[in-house]
Amino acid sequence: MNWIVQYLWLIPALPLVAAGIIAVNKQPQRKLAASLAIGSMAIGFLLSLCAFAATLKHGEGAFREVYGFNWLQFGGPDNWLQLGWVLDPLTAVMLMMVTFVGMLIFIFSVGYMAHDQNFMRFFCFLALFASGMLGVIIANNLFLFFVSWEIVGLTSYLLIGFWYHKPSAAAAAKKAFITTRIGDLGLLLGMVWLYAQTGTLNFYDGGKGCLEATALNTMLGAPPVAGFAVVTAIGLLIFLGAVGKSGQVPLHVWLPDAMEGPTPVSALIHAATMVAAGVFLVARVYPLMAAGATTVAHGAPVTTALTVVTWVGAITAIFAASIAVAQNDIKRILAYSTVSQLGYMMMGLGVGGVAVGMFHLITHAFFKALLFLGSGSVIHGCHEEQDVRKMGGLKKYLPVTFAVYAVGMLALCGFPLFFSGFWSKDEILHHAREWPVSHIPFYLGCTGALFTAFYMTRQVALVFFGKYRGGDQESAADSHTDAHGHGKPQPSAHADSNNTPHESPAVMTVPLMILAIFAVLLGVIGTPAWPWFHGYLTGEAIKFDFSQLTESGTLGLMLTSAVIVLTGITLGVFLYGKRQRQTAEEKDVLEAAQPFLFGILQNKYYVDEIYEHTVIRFNAFAARLCDFLDTWIFGGAVLLVSYVTLGLAWLYRLTDEKLVNLGFDAGCESLREGGGIFSKLHTGRVQTYLRVIGVALVLLILFLIWGRKA
Amino acid sequence: MTPLQICLLTSALLFATGFAGAVTRRHAILVLVGIELMLNAANLNLIAFWRFGPNPEALTGIIFVLFSMALAAAEAAVGLALVIAIYRHKKTSNLDEVKELKG
Repeated sequence: MNWIVQYLWLIPALPLVAAGIIAVNKQPQRKLAASLAIGSMAIGFLLSLCAFAATLKHGEGAFREVYGFNWLQFGGPDNWLQLGWVLDPLTAVMLMMVTFVGMLIFIFSVGYMAHDQNFMRFFCFLALFASGMLGVIIANNLFLFFVSWEIVGLTSYLLIGFWYHKPSAAAAAKKAFITTRIGDLGLLLGMVWLYAQTGTLNFYDGGKGCLEATALNTMLGAPPVAGFAVVTAIGLLIFLGAVGKSGQVPLHVWLPDAMEGPTPVSALIHAATMVAAGVFLVARVYPLMAAGATTVAHGAPVTTALTVVTWVGAITAIFAASIAVAQNDIKRILAYSTVSQLGYMMMGLGVGGVAVGMFHLITHAFFKALLFLGSGSVIHGCHEEQDVRKMGGLKKYLPVTFAVYAVGMLALCGFPLFFSGFWSKDEILHHAREWPVSHIPFYLGCTGALFTAFYMTRQVALVFFGKYRGGDQESAADSHTDAHGHGKPQPSAHADSNNTPHESPAVMTVPLMILAIFAVLLGVIGTPAWPWFHGYLTGEAIKFDFSQLTESGTLGLMLTSAVIVLTGITLGVFLYGKRQRQTAEEKDVLEAAQPFLFGILQNKYYVDEIYEHTVIRFNAFAARLCDFLDTWIFGGAVLLVSYVTLGLAWLYRLTDEKLVNLGFDAGCESLREGGGIFSKLHTGRVQTYLRVIGVALVLLILFLIWGRKA
Repeated sequence: MTPLQICLLTSALLFATGFAGAVTRRHAILVLVGIELMLNAANLNLIAFWRFGPNPEALTGIIFVLFSMALAAAEAAVGLALVIAIYRHKKTSNLDEVKELKG
């Protein structure tokens, strides 16, 4: 066994230790906190590189080694719950991505959170998050996976609510936690069912793991439950966990609200890594999802579970992309973009297999982290302003940020040839077109790509071009003015001080530049001419074949998607770039043209409101019902029992006092009375005593006189 | 009536007077006076039994009485000191109000 497999646990353990040390240190030791967190990630990155090197072995199939140990014994003597980790290309590539992006974001946070009082707490949570996320990645066991998954959920909650004194942040944290909990319930049920079916939770265990042929065949042979094959039902339950964590429709509502957290958190957790955990989960249990495939088209199996994954992904992709068109908060646009891109990843997993989805996950992680950190730099530079209508012309003030942001934007749009997003998205579309079940996901994906190019162009045009609209008294309306912008202009806190936006310090821009470089270069590893990434994940031999590029289907699709992207960008430039809005209050161009449609999009298809009126109202009703039951039925029963007990106690007391104690008390009482009588003789008057003595003397004499005679 | 009987009667009277005084008087000093009278009655008895007894030539009785008188003097001193102490403490010499011995 390779040494790195044995010591793979170090990668998540280091940030955990760092978080622990930060947690017990005093508030002012900022340098220590930051260097511990960043250092643990840097070492983790080096170890990940070693792990990656170990997986680069060419041979039969993909590299895979596991390390397991017995953890908890239950039932019989041989019934152990095993924990362990697995090193395969999927793990290695995720490890590198998370540690590297995480490290850059940690460094960025040093600058972004420099003025925050709770700097230490922030880094403690960040390190804890990294630990959980890395645990998710290396886990070779659905149980260990679930534990790490929940740590990640917890830190997500803590970090969204980091500025807990803001009611919106606290509410968003709660929303995120509860919404993902719904998905986690599915994951838990799937996990339990999987254990019941196969008797193991290990993914790979030398032929005995639940993702390996023996266990899968057992499950395929099991009788179907309620019309579902067992393996499909388990797969869908596990997918429900991924839906919650990765913000797929209909559980996407928490992700945009999660932008209440500090921007580095949005970049790290709600764009690059944590939300990708759901996609990673589906990729990890892919053999389960693909078990019993009926038709195999171009190497991608088709099963019920994967069909569901594809549809959910495709719908999410178009759904969130269309919402993003009408948003005005710089981070919310990116948030909906993230939801949409996660949909693409799911779709990629569904139609093309692990390599397709994972490739988009990796490239997306880099350019979305770049975009989020860039937006953080913008927000930082504009004095915590997040409304794109109040920005504009920032190209002049933040040149570095503009340059890297443009790279990120082009990568996200999928600008042809030079940007990673183009290659990864193209591969998804390519597989979607060849999906034998339906072509609708392909069309949805293409429309989504059009929207993506459009809204990113709109954002960049509003933020970086035109003239600066913030700062002057007229447009410095309160930042809480709602989306329609009909708030009265009033002087805000930002208006008094230095209003000119400023470029961020080097500690923030350098990570941005590094991410920008990767956002461009990562495309190289997954082009159709040299699909190294695909080969690396599946273990197939890959050769450089330029003719793949010019193959009619591929080339045609590349042209199509290039046209789509260019159309979107042109449309954006035409609508927002040519004629810049002059003030922050001005109506959006689209809003002026189609107020009804724009309103629907701006209000996110009223999903929140629908939930408010259905799920939450039902929940409130159920809560009231439970309250009623609790107060009157269960509470009444408890009260009754308590009264019965009280009555009995009263009876006992009576018996005790009036019967048992009576004899004793009476004895004591008579003793006391006797003592009282005697004590009356003790008057304390010496003369009385003397009298008694005198009388006694006389009596004695009389006795002596007459007693002698008798 | 022999002289001894007269002496004994006188002594008995004296004792009775002293006892009555000691028992009935409220004032502490008068009680002390009564006690002195009773003591002197006893002394008179001792003297009488010595003088009219079988060995009047031996000085036993008178020595005894001398001791007794010295004792009485000491006792009177102590008694008066007690009375003064009580008076200082309670601002009264009425024995009915001195009931510290009451149980």
